[in-house]
Amino acid sequence: MARLGLTRLLAILVAAIVAAAAIAGCGSSSSESDAETSGSTASADAGGETIRVGILHSLSGTMAISEVTVRDSELLAIEEINRAGGVLGKQIEPVIEDGASDWPTFAEKAQKLISEDRVAATFGGWTSASRKAMLPVFESNRALLFYPVQYEGLEQSPYIFYSGATTNQQIIPGLEYLKEQGARSLFLVGSDYVFPRTANKEIKAWAEANDVEILGEEYTPLGHTEYGTLISKLQDARPDAVFNTLNGDSNVAFFKQLKGAGVTARDMPVMSVSVAEEEVAGIGPENVAGHPVAWNYYQTTDTPENRRFVEAFRARYGADRVTSDPMEAGYVQVHIWALAAEKAGSTDPEKVKEAARGLTFDAPEGRVRVDDVNQHLFKTARIGVVEPDGQIREVWASDGPIAPDPYLRTYDWAEGL
Amino acid sequence: MDVFLSQLFIGLSVASVLLLVALGLTFTFGQMNVINMAHGEFVMAGAYTVYVLQTSVFSASMATLAFGLALPLAFLVGGVLGLILEFTLIRRLHGRPLDTLLVTWGVSLILQQVARDIFGAPNVQVKAPPFLDGGITLAGVSMPYTRLFIIGLVVVALVAIWFYLSKLPAGRRMRAVVQNRDLASASGVRTPRVDRLTFFIGSGLAGVAGVAVTLLGSIGPTLGTNYIIDAFLVVIVGGLGQLRGAIIAAIALGVANAYLEYWTDASLAKAAVFGLIVVFLQFRPQGLVVTRRRGLA
Repeated sequence: MARLGLTRLLAILVAAIVAAAAIAGCGSSSSESDAETSGSTASADAGGETIRVGILHSLSGTMAISEVTVRDSELLAIEEINRAGGVLGKQIEPVIEDGASDWPTFAEKAQKLISEDRVAATFGGWTSASRKAMLPVFESNRALLFYPVQYEGLEQSPYIFYSGATTNQQIIPGLEYLKEQGARSLFLVGSDYVFPRTANKEIKAWAEANDVEILGEEYTPLGHTEYGTLISKLQDARPDAVFNTLNGDSNVAFFKQLKGAGVTARDMPVMSVSVAEEEVAGIGPENVAGHPVAWNYYQTTDTPENRRFVEAFRARYGADRVTSDPMEAGYVQVHIWALAAEKAGSTDPEKVKEAARGLTFDAPEGRVRVDDVNQHLFKTARIGVVEPDGQIREVWASDGPIAPDPYLRTYDWAEGL
Repeated sequence: MDVFLSQLFIGLSVASVLLLVALGLTFTFGQMNVINMAHGEFVMAGAYTVYVLQTSVFSASMATLAFGLALPLAFLVGGVLGLILEFTLIRRLHGRPLDTLLVTWGVSLILQQVARDIFGAPNVQVKAPPFLDGGITLAGVSMPYTRLFIIGLVVVALVAIWFYLSKLPAGRRMRAVVQNRDLASASGVRTPRVDRLTFFIGSGLAGVAGVAVTLLGSIGPTLGTNYIIDAFLVVIVGGLGQLRGAIIAAIALGVANAYLEYWTDASLAKAAVFGLIVVFLQFRPQGLVVTRRRGLA
């Protein structure tokens, strides 16, 4: 048997990896069938008995761990609305697509949802890279995207509703909490893409104005698994606290190895903005217990709406499931769209946008309001500490909802960002 | 000096993980010329073996026992998955490396989806045995027990493989097939059987690697994809099917990565290591270690 030459083998391997990327990019529409509810609520009738909405998250790839849970809560909201009679007297029919953790795929699938499925609105995305990829598609088609995750701000598309926190509702309260706790120096750790890099730019500007020293800034590729070197850099620099914008699987490796290296939350608290209940379960609560996180909602948030939400979610998906901030935002944004469409008497994007202005909704996190201009939500900032049982205990909250300020116009230090 | 030593240790721990994942790959690669893209998913299966043992079989207080038992069991799980793959697909695609590559890649996607359907998309949690908590500090270098455990595991695996290959008749037959398949076959070695055994052992090693990586990283359906590319690099730099080469390559890549990352950052270090590999392959396209063959092929 002839042995393959190594060069040829290498070429094959490279081709395979490129092919893998390409096929992962476009071969994913089959996942439509594995989503539990799309089949049951789908009606073949295109004659206007139902209103179609798009759900576009990564159901495969490195981001699936997080995004699948948002899909679940969005479907829960759709079921609730349908049970209560639907929108404008029609049932909502979700069309589920897989963004496959690949940003161009998000753009491609968004286009497909708009032009082939003719959806009234799309709920989707997680990473800022996926949102940036979808933004021109929604703007050029004048279609609506509802985006459920906290992000780095500095954006305000007329066709995107931002249901997650912007910087001044999450990161800045997080920083101010650390400062209040006595942190005078920070080390910034993040994944290597849009959100952490932009967020860190803002954090550095804040730090300069607040006399907090930034001792280091490190990025690792998405999916990175080896944190030994980064941890020894942290140990050399000895910051009072670490500000963590890692995303996805990397958080698990980082916290496990941090604990392995004997660094505790007391020595060096790590403030995370992408670690919620779902991620805590994957990291292992004992590995992350005691570290602070910044969000707008926790499963333990004490409101009647949240008790109903948690109960409904567990009844639908199983008692071992947890709810998290992005899941709550996903749930809320579906309700906000439905309320706006109902108020507008139409699903026409321009009319929905008009109707959504100033709209309020009693969300699990408390009452939220859609900003008149920038289409972000007024949200309460909450700092929590991870408990050994995997839940997050709130230790600080802002006085009521904070007005969204994606461009940080109300902060002097943010000029020139 | 401190930095030098502590980075050396980190480099060696990175190398041990790389090598553990790459060992099985080297085995199947060297023996059968099969690029098994599903190898990473066997690693994932090994990781889920610990999870299942800890959650469904043993109570939480017996985490250590579950973890210890997972090592041989994950070897079996990985091995049996490998056997099934060999028996149903790879055997039928003998001498068609490109087809095997595509087929095993398809299998890897299927296995990922199966894991997602069984265990759910979010990461699951595995408790490290309590005796692996903490670490020791030696000459100013802090060494977590988890890292030391993995290094120890690799050494044990290497000794076992060496013993198998050089002392046992089955291992000698395997070497005979690697060196010259036709001649071995003509001398009465049943090559299909040797192939199956090789695939079993190689895939089993992936399962063991899966147990080890639960100590360091995430356990989810895409776990395999986090490690597979680096494992391929080890195999290619080491020379196809060369255990000795794989060991040297893993250590070289691990240590280079640790120092480069210390001086620059993780993204740059990765790029630099890739660059070094490209240059290296220009001068030694066969990899570090090359067997001289007597075969005509």
